Amino acid sequence: MITFKINDQEVSARPGWTVLETAREHDIDIPTLCFHPAVSASGACRLCMVELREGSWSKLVASCIYPVAEGLQVFTETERVRNVRRWVFEMLLAACPASPEIARMAAKHGVTSTRFESHDPEQTCMVCGLCARVCEEVVGLSAIATVDRGVHKRVGAPFAKPTDVCVACGSCVTICPTGAMQSIFDSIRGVPATNLTQLG
Amino acid sequence: MHNSAIAVKTEPVRLQSAEELNALRDRIIAERDPQRLEVVVCHGTGCLASGSAKVSQAFRDALETAGIQAKVMPGIKTTGCHGLCSRGPLVVIRPQGLFYQRVQPKDVAEIVQRTLIEGQAVDRLLYRNPDTGDLVFTQDDIPFYKLQERVVLRNVGKIDPTDISDTIEAGGYQALAKALTTMTPEQVVAEIEKSGLRGRGGAGFSTGRKWRSALSAIKKKGRPVYVVVNGDEGDPGAFMDCAVMEGDPHAVLEGLIIGAYALGAENGYLYVRAEYPLAIRHLEIAMAQARAYGLLGENILNSGFSFDARINRGAGAFVCGESTALFTSIEGKPGNPRPKYIRSVEEGLWGRPTVLNNVETWANVPPIIARGADWYNQIGVPHSTGTKVFSLVGKVNNVGLVEVPMGLPLSTLVEKIGGGVPNGKPFKAVQTGGPSGGCIPYHLKDTPVDYDSLVAAGSMMGSGGMIVMDDSDCVVDVARYFLHFLEEESCGKCLPCRLGLTRMREILDSFSKGVGSEQDIADLTSLAQAIQDGALCALGASAPNPVLTTIRYFKEEYLAHVQDHRCPAGVCKDLITYAIDPALCTGCMTCARQCPVQCISGKKKQPHVIDAEKCLRCGICKESCKFGAVLIS
Amino acid sequence: MENFGVQIDEIIERYPDKPEYLIFLLQDIQSSYGYISPEAMQLACDRTGVPLTQGYSVATFYQSFRLDPSGEHEIRVCLGTACHLKGGQRLVEDLERRLNIKAGETTADMRYTLNTVNCVGACALSPVAIIDDEYHPNATARKLEKRLNALDQTDAADEKEAGHA
Repeated sequence: MITFKINDQEVSARPGWTVLETAREHDIDIPTLCFHPAVSASGACRLCMVELREGSWSKLVASCIYPVAEGLQVFTETERVRNVRRWVFEMLLAACPASPEIARMAAKHGVTSTRFESHDPEQTCMVCGLCARVCEEVVGLSAIATVDRGVHKRVGAPFAKPTDVCVACGSCVTICPTGAMQSIFDSIRGVPATNLTQLG
Repeated sequence: MHNSAIAVKTEPVRLQSAEELNALRDRIIAERDPQRLEVVVCHGTGCLASGSAKVSQAFRDALETAGIQAKVMPGIKTTGCHGLCSRGPLVVIRPQGLFYQRVQPKDVAEIVQRTLIEGQAVDRLLYRNPDTGDLVFTQDDIPFYKLQERVVLRNVGKIDPTDISDTIEAGGYQALAKALTTMTPEQVVAEIEKSGLRGRGGAGFSTGRKWRSALSAIKKKGRPVYVVVNGDEGDPGAFMDCAVMEGDPHAVLEGLIIGAYALGAENGYLYVRAEYPLAIRHLEIAMAQARAYGLLGENILNSGFSFDARINRGAGAFVCGESTALFTSIEGKPGNPRPKYIRSVEEGLWGRPTVLNNVETWANVPPIIARGADWYNQIGVPHSTGTKVFSLVGKVNNVGLVEVPMGLPLSTLVEKIGGGVPNGKPFKAVQTGGPSGGCIPYHLKDTPVDYDSLVAAGSMMGSGGMIVMDDSDCVVDVARYFLHFLEEESCGKCLPCRLGLTRMREILDSFSKGVGSEQDIADLTSLAQAIQDGALCALGASAPNPVLTTIRYFKEEYLAHVQDHRCPAGVCKDLITYAIDPALCTGCMTCARQCPVQCISGKKKQPHVIDAEKCLRCGICKESCKFGAVLIS
Repeated sequence: MENFGVQIDEIIERYPDKPEYLIFLLQDIQSSYGYISPEAMQLACDRTGVPLTQGYSVATFYQSFRLDPSGEHEIRVCLGTACHLKGGQRLVEDLERRLNIKAGETTADMRYTLNTVNCVGACALSPVAIIDDEYHPNATARKLEKRLNALDQTDAADEKEAGHA
């Protein structure tokens, strides 16, 4: 076992665990949106940032991917951590104004309004990529992926056309943390190329 | 591979030992008369863009048709960048070293007659000292070159980069031969450590320490290990690495092979930016020639050491200059950075120990090995040893490529080497480190240009872009430019970068329209901090730097925008108006014809007037006016 | 495009069938055809053994790939820092007005594609525009207009000649 401290509380973890896993094991709350235990962590939403300190040195890391180590000093509620979280929530409220899940989580962390204007009042997707990861890693199909880059990044099927690769298993809808996949789903699903009964 | 059809100029001989390399070098030197007449035409990207290929062709034609009456037919050599790009196309006549600038094909006949045949200089093509007005005959006497010290650019501009015999004559591959025959891999790593060399691509991490960590990672995980050249020079406004790859590709290659020997790597990769087709071509030629001479590939110099490398052309993504994104790109995937809590020396390309260094870092390796760490670390200052190549651009008289010892004051670079700002004004600020760096204001002009001093000033060395700004450049506009650039180049994976850069840019957009408050400036700073702390990779984490340094040093200019609704530099479109000075306007009507919205009126030979309501503020009238009558207020 | 089948096979065969060669393949397809068609992308993905979604992700991630045919002439305006300071953006805006398209688009008659590029390493000559690989150092809106007019004229003459033949 590896022992270290989160918010001055001593915790223990198995080798190979992340800081987030350890925190959850010990009921220490760290918010996440792009994390799901069923798929690999991507460290994209940055809500799970925590501060590591050692003497006067400190840095912020994403707890969902940071491996535990003996003697770490982790803090989950410092000023710098809260500053990142506040701005990410403010920007998410403006980016996905139609997602009640995001509004609820932001409110839980004290963010109820945003200084930013929304570009699309209907938007719910924050492009965390959970849907694409579950499709690739769990379903094994890669029917969807994140396409384009930067501000244009979005989730979709190749050439923005419904794809026959999708078997309509619904895993992406289930895993989506913001409810966005429900509306995207119909634009992705085509006619499945392989009929499961024929395979049998 | 796609590098077929590359011919090796001289008949290659597979070299079997260091002695054979030396013998070949001696033979090349003996065959070449040091007093031979030679026309050297710069074929760097800058001079090519100004038409130097037409100049070298004109020399070929002229010499052929003139049937020149000289004892020895002059040779024509095309080389990489000579540095003083703003004076291109550049031509040097050897052995005298006559330096001709802004040479056009129509000048060639005169050069052939006056210089090559009669042995006289063509005065009108020579450089004139701007202070004294005196003619300067050779490159070394031009102030731009005098303060430079060329280690990395040792051969750039001197050799034909497509002819390996030029490289061998200049001492190329001597360091490799020395390492392979007289040094153990451990000794090579120790020498690099001792040299104090730091990475020339960004944060300035110690190269020796990186190699050392890779060795311990290999001990733990075993081989294979990879060596990689980062040639994805993305900093817009910087072309150091481009010039090295184009002008002396063997220097990069030799450094890489030495690194591979030190680490025991069998395979290497050169990741080169797609926008540098000439660099890619020259590297391909260099690799083909090195293979033919037994300097790359199986059993190099018969030492038992084998190593080969391949070129990956970038496909247009700034973020691929980031190490983990570069690796995912080599693996054939979108260049999304990976979270990096395990260093790439342990887990890099294909999950294996990997040493990634940038072009200039690799090019420093051969001289360190050849001349020793003790020679190298005497250059520069204690914690920043050696030289650094900068691309000096923007509002400076001598735009070009310079290499200086680390630690020179910023003002020496801009004012002495760069020749200062046009019109003799003091510079306003210098942006170093590109979009990840910061703006250093004039009052810090004595800042020594080394890694640590630049960081202390809020900027960074970065890869060596140095952009000089004068009082007609607006810091809000420049900060906005860099943010917009990174917004376009962000991979979009992590939220602080994807959403945050746009939001920061939007705040700056409103500033440039004169809208905002001190609270907005405070919010901008706080958001910038969140992005620095929260972004996944170095692109995002360093993206706020230009904004933060300009707020730090030019807060008044920000306040002028938001409180007085004024852009002091006259750049931000919504805060300026164009007008014609009736005293200067001759009524030539050029501007009226050029105006895309026909908002300029006036009779011929009468002063013209701009209709400010209709004006797009596109600036075409100002650009087209020969009398300087269009003013910005 | 008659020999599309033959030529594309030749390109596909150039590289080993490994995922790491996907970008190489897409680059070669792009340089032969000017863009990557859905069919060509499928072939490249099949060859390298990656799902089509990944091929599409790659092609949309990197700026140099195009999924639509480009115009006869490509205009690239450099927007590196040096070019920005010397008015590169003004050149883009002028060309956008003149061609009635936005940067990244192609004119309806398929004559011109307007792109921007972040630094071509010719900073001493800023602002720089490149029309079909021909560099225009110290470019102005006027100089570029002249060049485009000249292109229109030579193309029209070529067409006329072809018509007579």
